[in-house]
Amino acid sequence: MSDEPLVSARGLHRRYGVKTAVAGVDLTLRQGEILGLLGPNGAGKTTTLRMLSGSLAPTSGSVRICGHDMAEAPARAKGRLGYLPERPPLYPELTVDEYLGFCARLHGVPRARRRDAVASAKDDCGLADTGRRVIGNLSKGYQQRVGIAQAILHRPDVVILDEPTVGLDPNQIREIRGLIARLGEHHSVLLSSHILPEIQATCSRVMIIHGGRVVFNRPMAEIEGDRLPELVDVGLHADVTRDDLAAIDGVAAVQDLGNGRWRLECRSGVDIRERVAATAAERGWRLYELSAARRTLEGIFAELTSREPEPIREEAA
Amino acid sequence: MRSIHIAGHELRRLFVSPLAWTVLAVVQLLLGLLFAMSLADLMMNPQRINEYAGVSEVVGAGLYRFATIVLLLVIPLLTMRSFAEERKNGSLDLLTAAPVSVTAMVIGKFLGVLGFLTVMLALIALMPYSLLMGTPLDVGMLASATLGLWLMMAAFAATGIFVSSLTREPTLAAIGSFGVLLGVWLLHAVSFFEWQPAVFGYQLPLAEAARQLSLIGHYDDLLYGIFDTADVLYYVIFCGLFLALTVQRLDMERQ
Repeated sequence: MSDEPLVSARGLHRRYGVKTAVAGVDLTLRQGEILGLLGPNGAGKTTTLRMLSGSLAPTSGSVRICGHDMAEAPARAKGRLGYLPERPPLYPELTVDEYLGFCARLHGVPRARRRDAVASAKDDCGLADTGRRVIGNLSKGYQQRVGIAQAILHRPDVVILDEPTVGLDPNQIREIRGLIARLGEHHSVLLSSHILPEIQATCSRVMIIHGGRVVFNRPMAEIEGDRLPELVDVGLHADVTRDDLAAIDGVAAVQDLGNGRWRLECRSGVDIRERVAATAAERGWRLYELSAARRTLEGIFAELTSREPEPIREEAA
Repeated sequence: MRSIHIAGHELRRLFVSPLAWTVLAVVQLLLGLLFAMSLADLMMNPQRINEYAGVSEVVGAGLYRFATIVLLLVIPLLTMRSFAEERKNGSLDLLTAAPVSVTAMVIGKFLGVLGFLTVMLALIALMPYSLLMGTPLDVGMLASATLGLWLMMAAFAATGIFVSSLTREPTLAAIGSFGVLLGVWLLHAVSFFEWQPAVFGYQLPLAEAARQLSLIGHYDDLLYGIFDTADVLYYVIFCGLFLALTVQRLDMERQ
């Protein structure tokens, strides 16, 4: 496997008339990654995914899927891709088998392998017993699964899912989440949502879009995980002043939380916890709490998306 | 190849929906009634046969002429599903995200509708041909008329598919295609105008142009057994033009 990312989008712009929906999104998806695309409603998630899937042409910028340019070799690029749009593209009058059979033909799965492809996609999505049922009579959750089965049927390298769990009940959401995690073992998955726990539970990397721009893009492990805390909360029974705390080496800023509790912001790359504890003991500050206040995804999301998005400058793109 | 798959898919979807069966039944009922009535009329006034070139013309051409009027109303209802309804249901995304070119998609849709219409044509054509059991027929004339009806169906379908690609409301697509078809149809009326406007001293052959552009003008010849490649070519170009416009329109939608 070469090092080239499976999906690489550069400088994606999309304008609808005078309104700019997406302004300069760069995106890469590597082998085995599950990338979660987060954003408030109307942030440009669906537009971005539609451009990646090739059903919408970007106003400017380029999309490459497995090294094939979407504008120059659309058939080859789309062939490596499975896409579940916001609304599953189903024909309610067909049975599940008829529908998936057509999808297999549409994606050029050779005749000999079609039956197996349909059967294994149904297995993966828990549809094994529903083959002969008419899609229109299935429940919303099952219809969603048929939509996902359609996207993975031809075993694409990249699976794009636009809000796969919208409108489902909690049990169905959990099932779909499990399914996405399983998909991630063999495919690279790009999924959009505005539900934070969903992204947290399934994704290996998170990207937040706001006002048509990428405002955040980091691996999940970095957010949750084992890295140095940026904020430290301390609780002290003794009366101390802001300056006392600010004098500790490595503290960048101090915030008074009231009742003897303080929030210390660390200078990057420095772990101040030990130093705070030592100083407190030395000066008799009667330390009763010392905890790293981690930034949660929710906090990051709220912080980044509660601001008004920067106005998009209309430059010749 | 993918066009064939799409055409097959369209046909299957038509035949699993009640729409196709209802359309076939209603068309067959109306045309059957007309067929029976014209036969009854002929039986009661057998001398009228002398005004025509035989039974084939009275029954065949009359039936086919009435069939085009019925089809004018029915085909927009079939073609509205092609793009407008799929767009509304969100299922069009399945095709646009699949490794299929827009041209293949449009041709597939067209062939699907045309396949269904061919079934309908076979049912219609069975009626005049059934007279072979009792009377000699001008088979060549009937064949030419059948070809004419088939070409007319194809032209209607191409127009309907184009209008369907313009909107996301199936009803709008149906009424729009009906309007366009009736417009092209009525163009024939212009050909009876005596008026020839002069532009820069040159007499514009308005009537002749309207006759050549109208769908009926070319149909009439075929109905009476006159096979002219120019007429056939007219329908082929007509279909090609509207299908090309559809491809253009769908391409523009992506942009």
